[in-house]
Amino acid sequence: MEKYLKTADTDWYKQRIIGVILVVVTCMTVLFVRLFFLQVIKGQEYRRLSENNSIRLQRIEPFRGIIFDRNGKMLVDNRPSYDLSIIPRDAKPVDETLARLSTYIKVPVEELNEQIKSRKGALSYKPVPLIQDIGRDHLALVEVHRYDLPGIDVNVKPLRHYLNHQSASHLLGYLGEISPRELNSGRYVDLRSGDLIGKNGIEKVFDNYLRGKSGGRQVEVNATGQVVKVLDTVPAAPGYNIFLTIDSNLQKKTEELLEGVTGAAVAVEPSTGQILALVSSPTFDQNVFVSGLSHEQWQEFISDPTKPLTNRAVQGEYPPASTYKILTAIAGLEEGVIDEKTVFCCPGSYRFRGRNYRCWKRGGHGCLNVVQAIAQSCDVFFYQVGLAVGVDRLAWYAKAAGFGAPTGIDLAHEAKGLIPTAAWKKRRTGVEWQEGETLSIAIGQGFNLVTPLQMAVMTAAIANGGKRYRPQILMNVESADGRTVKAVDPVVTGRLPISAKNLAIVQKGLREVVNGKRGTAKGARLFDLPISGKTGTAQVVGRKEEEVEDPPPTPDHLKDHAWFVAFAPSDEPKIAIAVVVEHGEHGSGAGAPIAREMIKTYLLRDRLNPGPPLVAEHKLVGSNRE
Amino acid sequence: MFDRKFVQYFDWGLLGLAIVLGGLGLTTLYSVVTADPMTLEKTLYFKQMTWFCGGLVLMVITCSFNYKLLDRYAFAVYIVCLATLVAVLLFGKYAGGSKRWLVLGPVSVQPSEMAKLAIIIVLARYYSKNAYTRGFTLRDLFIPAVLVLVPAFLIIKQPDLGTALLLAIIAGSMTLFVKIEKRSLLSLMIAGLLAVPMVWFVLKEYQKQRILTFLNPDRDPLGAGYHIIQSKIAIGSGMLVGKGYLKGTQNALSFLPEQHTDFIFSVFAEEWGFVGCAILVLVFLLLIVWGLNVAYSCRDPFGNILAVGISAMIFWQVFVNIGMVMGLMPVVGVPLPFISYGGSSIATMMVSIGLLINVSMRRFTLE
Repeated sequence: MEKYLKTADTDWYKQRIIGVILVVVTCMTVLFVRLFFLQVIKGQEYRRLSENNSIRLQRIEPFRGIIFDRNGKMLVDNRPSYDLSIIPRDAKPVDETLARLSTYIKVPVEELNEQIKSRKGALSYKPVPLIQDIGRDHLALVEVHRYDLPGIDVNVKPLRHYLNHQSASHLLGYLGEISPRELNSGRYVDLRSGDLIGKNGIEKVFDNYLRGKSGGRQVEVNATGQVVKVLDTVPAAPGYNIFLTIDSNLQKKTEELLEGVTGAAVAVEPSTGQILALVSSPTFDQNVFVSGLSHEQWQEFISDPTKPLTNRAVQGEYPPASTYKILTAIAGLEEGVIDEKTVFCCPGSYRFRGRNYRCWKRGGHGCLNVVQAIAQSCDVFFYQVGLAVGVDRLAWYAKAAGFGAPTGIDLAHEAKGLIPTAAWKKRRTGVEWQEGETLSIAIGQGFNLVTPLQMAVMTAAIANGGKRYRPQILMNVESADGRTVKAVDPVVTGRLPISAKNLAIVQKGLREVVNGKRGTAKGARLFDLPISGKTGTAQVVGRKEEEVEDPPPTPDHLKDHAWFVAFAPSDEPKIAIAVVVEHGEHGSGAGAPIAREMIKTYLLRDRLNPGPPLVAEHKLVGSNRE
Repeated sequence: MFDRKFVQYFDWGLLGLAIVLGGLGLTTLYSVVTADPMTLEKTLYFKQMTWFCGGLVLMVITCSFNYKLLDRYAFAVYIVCLATLVAVLLFGKYAGGSKRWLVLGPVSVQPSEMAKLAIIIVLARYYSKNAYTRGFTLRDLFIPAVLVLVPAFLIIKQPDLGTALLLAIIAGSMTLFVKIEKRSLLSLMIAGLLAVPMVWFVLKEYQKQRILTFLNPDRDPLGAGYHIIQSKIAIGSGMLVGKGYLKGTQNALSFLPEQHTDFIFSVFAEEWGFVGCAILVLVFLLLIVWGLNVAYSCRDPFGNILAVGISAMIFWQVFVNIGMVMGLMPVVGVPLPFISYGGSSIATMMVSIGLLINVSMRRFTLE
C-alpha cells in the first residue's frame, strides 16, 4: 500500500511551517499579555512589595523527639531558648538600638557589635544572630521595650534538656552543629548550616527518628521589620518520641555505684537481649553541649586521662581474665576433654615445658571437678583443659559466644575485641604460637580482649539456655500523637554451641561461685535471691613466674582490673550483668558488690514500693535452693 | 570548501541575533554578580564570557562543513551522545543533589544540553527518510520513541527532570510537524487520557504531593511557591521602564533563587521593565521565526526538519522559562537561551545557530 502514498515534498513542508509560525506567535502573545499584566496593571502593587522586600520567610523549628525509658519515664526533653537576632536594615540607627538593647539584657555593646562585624558584607535584610538563650527576665524587658528596639527579633527555639544531669550521658549522647561535610553528604536534605544534629549515642543513631522536619511562615513585614500579615504557614513536624529499653532506676543506681571509679557496667534482660542499664564511668554532663562547647571545654574533655567521653561499656577492651573460664569450661565439656566427673588436682602451680605456671591460690586447691573449679576459679584446672582443647578450638567457641566481633548494638564506635588464633599471631607478629600461651588464653589472659557489652551478652546467653541476642537498646518509636511507628523485636544472632546437659553443669558452677562454701564471690550473696556469677581479675602487668617474697605495694595505675559477670535469679534469670572496674584489683571485692546492688535494685525494688508480688516468687526460688 | 558563495550567502542576520542575545545575557549576568557578592563570584562573569567566545568559534566550525554530513553520521552522533550520558552517571560530578557534569580538565560540561541537539539530528534523519503526507502511524513511531526515551531515561536518572521533559517536548513538536496519521493521533490522545488516572492510582502519596506542587507552586509556600512570589515581585516591580540597570533590589538580596541561571529573566525584568522585556521577547520571536524561515527556504527534507527542530528547542526553552518565572508554568529547571549562566547551555545555543546558518547558506546548492 505504501507505494500509493504521497511522499512529502518541499511544498508540503512549507505549508506546515506556516502553521508552526502561527502557533509560535500565539504562545509568545500569551507571554506579552502576562508581562503587561504583571508589570503595567499590577506593577504598582509589586513595586510596593519590593520596597521593603516585604515578603519574607520565617523558619519554624521542629520539636525534637522526647526520649523515655522502658517504663515511660522521661530522660530527655526540650526547653525553650529565647534567641535575639538583628536585621541591620530594619534596626536603623543600629548603634542606638544596640546601646538600648545592651542595657536591657546586660550584655556589653562591644560583644553585640562583634556579632554584626563578624557578618560584615552579609546582606542587610538577613537576620544576624546576636545572642542565644537569654533568660526569662531579660526576655520580659525586651518584650516590654519592643518599640524602642526596631529590627530586633526574638526567636523561640527548642533546646535539648537532659533531665538527669550526668545520667546515661554516654548512652544518650549529645547534639552539635552540623558540619559542612555532613551537610554535603546528601543525608541531611532539609538541613542548613547551624542546625543541630545528634553527634553521639542515641541522639546520633536515632537522629532520623528524633529530628522532625522544620516548617515555616511566609509573612509580609512593614518598614521596621514587624510582621503585618502571615501569608502562609507550613507547620513544623515534631520528631518521633523514642522509648529505650533502659530501666532508669537501675541505670541511676548503677551510676551511683560506679561513681568515683573508672569502669563500666552493662545489664541485659536474658529473655530478650534488651539493655536494662549501660553505664560508663567517669561520665560528663551533656547539658554543657547544649548551648555549644567552647574550645577550652572541649580540650579539657579530650586531654582528661580518664577519657570521660569514651563509652567504656561498648568501646572499652579488657582482658576477660577468669570470667573467660566459663568459655574454657564449655569448650572442654563439648570437646569431650572433660566431663562432670573429671578431676584435676591443683598443688598451687602447673609445670609445663620446664616452666611453672602458677595458680592464683599459692597453697593450691586440692583435687576438684569442673563445678568446683569454676566456683573456686582454679587456674591449674583450666590450664589443663585449655591445653587439651587447643588455642584454635578455644577461639572457635569464643567466636560462637560472640567475642571478637561487634555485638551489633545501635551505638556508634563499638569495639570488637580480640580473640587470638595461632594463625592470627603468626600473621601479626611473625612468630609461631607457643603452647605456653594457650595456658594464658585458657584463663582469659594474654592477647584476649573483650568489651563489657560482649561479656554481658554471653552471660545472658548462659542464663537463658544458650540463645545469643543482639543487644537491643530501642524499644519502640512513637509519633508525637502516640501512633506506633516502629516496635523492635528481639533478634537472635546465634546459639552457644553447648548441649543442655553441659550448660546445666556450667550453670551449677556459676551458682556455686556465689553460693558455694568456697565460692570466690560469696560477697555477692543475697539473702533470698539466688545469684550466679563469675569473678575475674585481669592483669595489667604480666605476672612474674618466679614469685617475689613480699612484693612492694602496686601503684594504682598498675593494679589489676576487676571483673564480675552475674545473672539472677539463678533458676529463672531476669537480669544478666557484666561489671568491670579498672584497677579494682579483685573481681570479688570491686565487681561483685556492684552487681549485687544492681540485682537488688532491679529485682527487689517492688519490696520497697508495694506492687506486683515479685517477692513471693523469690521466696519460692529460695526454698528450692536447699 | 570555502568558496565565495558561502560568504555571499552567509546568514549575517542569525549571527547578529545570536550576538545581540549573548550580549544581553552577559550584561544581565554582570548585574547579578555585582549585586550579590556574597553568594556569587565575579569569576562567573568571566567564565561565561569565555564560554561565549568559545561558542562563537564552535559556531564557525559548525557552519564550515556541509550539514548533509550530519545526515549520514546522525546515528554516530547519537551513539556518542548516549555514551557521554552514561559516562555522567558513572563518573559525573555530584553537585546540588544531582550528577549532571562531566569534568574534563579545566572545564565541566553538561552532556544533557548537547543531547537535545543529538536527538534533533537523529529524528531529522529518521523523519526525512520516511515522511509521507499521510503522516506517521503508531507502528512507524516506535523507533523514534525508543530513540528519545533512552536518553530521556538516562537524564531522569541524573536526576534532571526539566531537561528530560524538554527533550520529550522537542521530539513531540518535531513529530507533530512531520504529521501523525489521524487515527494514530486520536488513539494516542485517548491512551494518554486514560493513562493519567491509572498512573495516579499507582503513585504513592508523596509522589502525588510532589506532582501537585509541581503543577501548582502555591502548595509549597516555603519552596517553589516562595520563589515564584519573589520572582513575580521582581518582575512586576520593574513596571513600565524598570528600575534601571544595576538598580534592581530583589535580585541583590538572594530573594530570588538561581538568579543567575533559571531566574535570570526576573533580574532583567526588574531592571528594564515592560519595555525591555517586550524587546527581549521580540528578539527571541524574531530568532525563532528566522529559524523557521531557514526551514521554509530549504529544499532538502533533512535540513528542513533539522531547522524546525532547532527552532522548536529555542522556542520551548524561551516559552517554558519565561512562563515559569512569571508563574504561568510549573517550576522546572530550564535555562533561558543565551541569557542564563551556564557554559554548556550557551555552547549548545551557539552550535545550534551555527547549524541554522549552515542550512541557510547551502539552500541554493543542489546535489
